[in-house]
Amino acid sequence: MHQIPSVKTYVTIWAILTILTFTTYSVAKIDMGSFNIVVAMGIAFFKMMLVILFFMNVKVESPLTKLFAGAGFFWLILLLGQFFLDYGTRNWMPEGKMW
Amino acid sequence: MADSHGAVAEHAEEHNPNLRHHFDTMAQQFDSATLGMWVFLLTEIMFFGGMFGAYTVYRGMYPEAFASTSKHMDAFWGGLNTAVLIVSSLTMVLAVRAARLGQQKALQIFLVLTMIFGLAFLGVKAIEYHAHWVERMVPYWNWDPNYDGQPQYARQAQILFCFYFFMTGFHALHMVVGVSLMLVILMMARRGSFNAEYFTPVEISGLYWHFVDIVWIFLFPLLYLIGLHQHTG
Repeated sequence: MHQIPSVKTYVTIWAILTILTFTTYSVAKIDMGSFNIVVAMGIAFFKMMLVILFFMNVKVESPLTKLFAGAGFFWLILLLGQFFLDYGTRNWMPEGKMW
Repeated sequence: MADSHGAVAEHAEEHNPNLRHHFDTMAQQFDSATLGMWVFLLTEIMFFGGMFGAYTVYRGMYPEAFASTSKHMDAFWGGLNTAVLIVSSLTMVLAVRAARLGQQKALQIFLVLTMIFGLAFLGVKAIEYHAHWVERMVPYWNWDPNYDGQPQYARQAQILFCFYFFMTGFHALHMVVGVSLMLVILMMARRGSFNAEYFTPVEISGLYWHFVDIVWIFLFPLLYLIGLHQHTG
């Protein structure tokens, strides 16, 4: 077990997460075409990393736990990647694109 | 469990009562429990991942209908719930921190706060579900065939609403489980089960709580914000 983070660290992370929630809402009102989803998912990914590293403590966890957490995302990328590759290359999408 | 006697009494002197006999040290026991929780969370990632994948494919098929239908998901309630969940994650980490510092009173207060925010989330969700029911936007059970004066989107809109109810429904189910876990942890905390050396159940329940928070972090933009720039201008 490891050093206990300060309350200040946790409150800072919470403040960043809350600001990013407002940001993602405000940015969604601007029409950026297909770039909207990229920005929205980028912000969501960043928020997720903050929660995983600081709230779920993975930043200071054992290498084995880090490996397992990383493996989860590796398998998720495989699942979604193969999924989209399949649909994207069969000409099944009426609009001809994934989003 | 906590009291050891008879033949093991001699051994018990240097032995934390919370250390199970198949672990060498408290740190090893803690790491094993954390790793085990992560393995469970990996299965949860795949469970929700499948739904996110299916959602993306159908959204690629019907982008116009999905963007148009998204206006029925109220971004105010969705945003409020995102904020509520993030605050609940903060109170959760503060509960774990209090447990690690052996602060019994603070631990119980933060657990209660986490439960209150969790229940607030479910309350908002209930308000939203009720609004969808009133607007007749629940596929199969209560669906307006004229769909909001846009019958050309009626079939595709039902697909989005099915994803909406399945994804937020499974998420809400996870919230119910999370609040129940907090109740168990709170009762254990009141019995004085945790101290600076042993707080594993608080920590791994926290991991579960944060995971459920992360799922919502992705659900919020995907369900509530996709068509926002079209109908707010």
